[in-house]
Amino acid sequence: MTVTQIMFYIFATIIVVFSVLTVTSRRILRAATYLLFVLVSTSGLYFMLNFQFLAAVQLTLYVGGIVVLIIFSILLTSHINQKFEPVKPSKIIYGLIASISGLVLCLTTVLQYEFKASTLAAQEINMRIIGKSLLSYEKDGYALPFEVISVLLLAAMIAAIVIAKRNKKSTTTDNNKQ
Amino acid sequence: METGIPIQYFLVVSTFMFFAGIFGFVTRKNLITMLMSVELILNSVNINFVVFNRYLFPGQLQGHFFSLFIIAVAASEAAVAIAIIINIYRHFNTIDIEDVDEMKY
Repeated sequence: MTVTQIMFYIFATIIVVFSVLTVTSRRILRAATYLLFVLVSTSGLYFMLNFQFLAAVQLTLYVGGIVVLIIFSILLTSHINQKFEPVKPSKIIYGLIASISGLVLCLTTVLQYEFKASTLAAQEINMRIIGKSLLSYEKDGYALPFEVISVLLLAAMIAAIVIAKRNKKSTTTDNNKQ
Repeated sequence: METGIPIQYFLVVSTFMFFAGIFGFVTRKNLITMLMSVELILNSVNINFVVFNRYLFPGQLQGHFFSLFIIAVAASEAAVAIAIIINIYRHFNTIDIEDVDEMKY
């Protein structure tokens, strides 16, 4: 057993165990922390597959951005020690039926299909290649999705500000009522 | 493959993650935990893209770039969703989906 295989098994166990704990934990802050572990070990898998840039993006954007955002919104909206009520058994049964039937279906399909691993040499990935293909509009260029994503990010930023902003009119009328 | 790990192992891991997300989305009642389940689902799809790219088409980079774009979409989706959740909390003083049953005021 080589070192990479041991690393893979460690990451796989962390991902499976903590993603189940994320959706079953009854304390919300703990669930967010388990999500953090899952995302960090996913970026470990990317490092194993030699996608260093993608792993770094995963670490900074998911772990540094989204999880921190989620934790802040948890602190804004609920008590830290709040424990959820136990879920209704009927709901658990429906969820288990949905997920286990899907899991069995997908696992049988994946394990029966014979993937033909390519023998081509792996393309080298460095920052020069990534930057060039993100901005090129020729073959293997991603200029169009890049621009679409930039418009989407701008729209999401404006939307988040507009939605979360306190509505001035309603607050002034509330003050008048009081 | 130089890592010595069959491609199916990665796919099994991402399948478990995906259906854990589905289970959480069905059973959870809190909006933030439902958002966390959606993040799990998106992340498992990312693993699949990257693994297919590395094992089946190593001469190209499509999987790599589309996972980058999915991460960007997930980030903007989380930002908007959390803005909506905070707004809901201001109106109803709770983010439990069973108590949020009116569309406006």
